[in-house]
Amino acid sequence: MTESPPPVRSDRSPWNWLLILPFALPLLPFLFNADEPRLLGLPLFYWLQLAYIAVGVTSTTVVYRMTRRRSGR
Amino acid sequence: MSEHITEIIVFSVLFLIVSGMGFVAARWRRADNLDSLNEWGLGGRNFGSWITWFLVGGDLYTAYTFVAVPALLFGAGATGFFAVPYTVIVYPLVFLVLIRLWSVSHVHGFVTPADFVRARFGSPTLALLIAITGIVATMPYIALQLVGIEAVLKAMGVTGHLPIVIAFAILAAYTYQSGLRAPALIAFVKDTLIYIVIIVAIIYIPARLGGFGAVFDAAQAKFDATPAPNDGILLNAGNQLQYVTLALGSALALFLYPHSITGVLASRSRNVIKRNMSALPAYSLLLGLIALLGYMAIAAGVQPIGKDNNTIVPLLFDQMFPDWFTGVAYAAIGIGALVPAAIMSIAAANLFTRNIYREYLKPDATDAQEARVSKLVSLVVKVGAVLCILFLDLQFAIDLQLIGGVVILQTLPAVGLGLYTRWFHRGGLVAGWVAGMGAGVVMLYNIPNPATGKEHFGGSAFSLGNLGLDTTVTVYAGLLALIVNLVVAVVATVICRRAGMSDGPDATRPDHYLADAGDPRVKDLDLAAPH
Repeated sequence: MTESPPPVRSDRSPWNWLLILPFALPLLPFLFNADEPRLLGLPLFYWLQLAYIAVGVTSTTVVYRMTRRRSGR
Repeated sequence: MSEHITEIIVFSVLFLIVSGMGFVAARWRRADNLDSLNEWGLGGRNFGSWITWFLVGGDLYTAYTFVAVPALLFGAGATGFFAVPYTVIVYPLVFLVLIRLWSVSHVHGFVTPADFVRARFGSPTLALLIAITGIVATMPYIALQLVGIEAVLKAMGVTGHLPIVIAFAILAAYTYQSGLRAPALIAFVKDTLIYIVIIVAIIYIPARLGGFGAVFDAAQAKFDATPAPNDGILLNAGNQLQYVTLALGSALALFLYPHSITGVLASRSRNVIKRNMSALPAYSLLLGLIALLGYMAIAAGVQPIGKDNNTIVPLLFDQMFPDWFTGVAYAAIGIGALVPAAIMSIAAANLFTRNIYREYLKPDATDAQEARVSKLVSLVVKVGAVLCILFLDLQFAIDLQLIGGVVILQTLPAVGLGLYTRWFHRGGLVAGWVAGMGAGVVMLYNIPNPATGKEHFGGSAFSLGNLGLDTTVTVYAGLLALIVNLVVAVVATVICRRAGMSDGPDATRPDHYLADAGDPRVKDLDLAAPH
């Protein structure tokens, strides 16, 4: 017999571009390779890279929520 | 050793409790029987968000990482902090890729990355290469987990290899019995302990040392006093590119490791994976804080045992914490070694079973036979890891792991790009793999380490000066090898096509990469269609 046509789906979404942000920021050392300003005693190099974790979490969460498949699709 | 008696008791009790859990895990989320790779090797392919989070987190952030990363900061400074950008960029990088791998594996029942390559490119040879690469890259990684346990034992004054052999024998026994359910259950305890220890450490230790400002100033003073040009609490012109390329290369490699893929394929649905890509960075934060323990050790004046920098974190805990809490911290590191070691041995065993045993030795193997072979191979793999530590220099395992990161990256064109494009010819991918492997190993061989007096395999920072460029800039060797791999794969693909060489059939369809939980699998489709 013939197979039933697969449901029309896609992983494409403009929201996916948001993932570039946490990918690119940590790869640009001129943004964070400095001592001052310090935060709680941590040099910029350390606290800013730790802060990028929050950027990563935010971006992936937004993309997940905005591209989540609704039931029945 | 007698002054560490409280620590040893706490450590032993926690270790035994966890081992008991490992054996009980066979009954957890009980299946009808464990006699298939879907059950033994992938825990029933039904783990939800929480279990996956603990499992993959416990899998990727290993005991070795928790010991070695602060050791790097202790020894060299800012370059060791690459682990943070590495684990920040990896999740957005693989967010869209892993769900495709999950879908196509769900539809076809793939257990290993080599299974996928076999079906996608119709080439058992290419699949064999991918499988062997995976096994070779994983073996030393398992051996390195022992380093984490050994560092803790050293700090407790326990000498000799017997305790490690016992620990691994217990691990081997419950992995054999319970499969992936064992590390999944143990991961809950391990990670809870680690989170508690690190949160306490990160608040309590700097307070005793006069705050983070004082900690960083002490570290800077130490690096200023050494003659080495590339240490310091910031990067310099010579190692910035190395820092960035190492973070990128490591991120590209992470989810090519068979044990990472095992954790991903064990999850229930695409949404579980996506949610985890947002939640796993909690471990990155933990890792970043752990890394700073290296500087705290400097400020606290910790001297490593022998020349083994891996002992500084255990020693720092011993110096700062009351004995009973030091015991808890040591148990966290020791148990932390068991989770990844179990998953890695399962992943390596699955590769052998699916892509060597079933492909070449017994093509008509039943599910039960596959499961039995995998269980036995998981034992062999762990025995191999212990022998490696007993009879070979520890440095050998560390060298091999360094090579492992570079070689696993060479599977990216087939496994990673293969999820998106079928453009490559199987001959081209084989040629690229050979070239990338060759280039990678040659580069690593030619990297000396003046600090330790090693002439070869002294690190992964390849100096561009070696290529005739007038510079001291260094780059991660794995990324350079991957570029060689890709160029050769593209050229060889064009040549294969022009020469009219036959290409393998593709058993996957575009919609297979978008399938979700509840969609029909290929076996179901076969049954529905008349023959």
